[in-house]
Amino acid sequence: MSAGRDDDPRIKGIKSKIRVVPDFPKPGIMFQDITTLLLAPNAFKDTIDLFVERYKNKNISVVAGIEARGFIFGPPIALAIGAKFVPLRKPRKLPGEVMSEEYILEYGSDCLEMHIGAVEQGERALVVDDLIATGGTLCAAMKLLERAGAEVVECACLIELPDLKGRERLNGKPLYVLVESH
Amino acid sequence: MFAAETELKEDPRLQEIFEAIRVIPNFPKPGIMFQDITTLLLNHKVFKDTVDMFVDRYRDMDISVVAGIEARGFMFGPSIALAIGAKFIPLRKPKKLPGEVISEAYELEYGTDCLEMHVGAVQPGERAVVIDDLVATGGTLSAAIKLLEHVGAEVAECACVIGLPQFK
Repeated sequence: MSAGRDDDPRIKGIKSKIRVVPDFPKPGIMFQDITTLLLAPNAFKDTIDLFVERYKNKNISVVAGIEARGFIFGPPIALAIGAKFVPLRKPRKLPGEVMSEEYILEYGSDCLEMHIGAVEQGERALVVDDLIATGGTLCAAMKLLERAGAEVVECACLIELPDLKGRERLNGKPLYVLVESH
Repeated sequence: MFAAETELKEDPRLQEIFEAIRVIPNFPKPGIMFQDITTLLLNHKVFKDTVDMFVDRYRDMDISVVAGIEARGFMFGPSIALAIGAKFIPLRKPKKLPGEVISEAYELEYGTDCLEMHVGAVQPGERAVVIDDLVATGGTLSAAIKLLEHVGAEVAECACVIGLPQFK
């Protein structure tokens, strides 16, 4: 299934609060800015509620959020569904022993890290980020969790850019998004 | 002000919060005892207690803005904002925020860094709380306060999970 709950009346309000900033971070990119959504408490709450309603009865014990905007949405979801929150970070930010997963960027590569021991074998996990574009970061996130023995139940994002076909990079893992942007 | 110095010092949640924080020696460099809150985030009950303690304090203080400092302030601020009906404002390192920003430079041990906030995020007269995981020298918090005051907000308080009293 592609987009989120088109029939849910809250989606329209959420979409209207997302600001598109042209030519950021470079010319030609239409940047999807969620900070304006965070300024509208009702819409921000609706966003979290939509995810919580979907996941609260799915026995999810781990919500993993991708630095840094995944840190804004992940923890409220984790708290509401009784799960732990695991931050997935850029290199050298996490202080303890970490495992790393490299992923390809348009030019070069980057790396995502997770604390060893944060996730246990057999845990059911959700990966959260504000947006999925090419799917490279989400894919690295899933690999980290799977390497630690967790089962990734779903990836959850507010926004999908379907033209970039990120969904296809998730190796068949389900993706749930609230809004699409073409 | 430390919660342990107030009426909260008998609160059993404080001890559990304290014990949930992991100290990592010599990170990011020799001699530093790093206060790692990620272990707190792994403990749902303690994480919830942490947020609840802040929410209990701020819910009746007419706070309309919770400003969180990148990146660990993002892990606590939004939940507090949602619970008290305030907006959440991310305060970020340079060039991360896409719209028009205002900047405030602050001193590091070696060199300087910069904190940015979106123009228009906060209105004059709004009451704000600044959130971060930890306060050491106070340089970052100080820059955050200046950003908010620059646009006419009143910073009611700064709130951190951990305070390092030796830094004042």
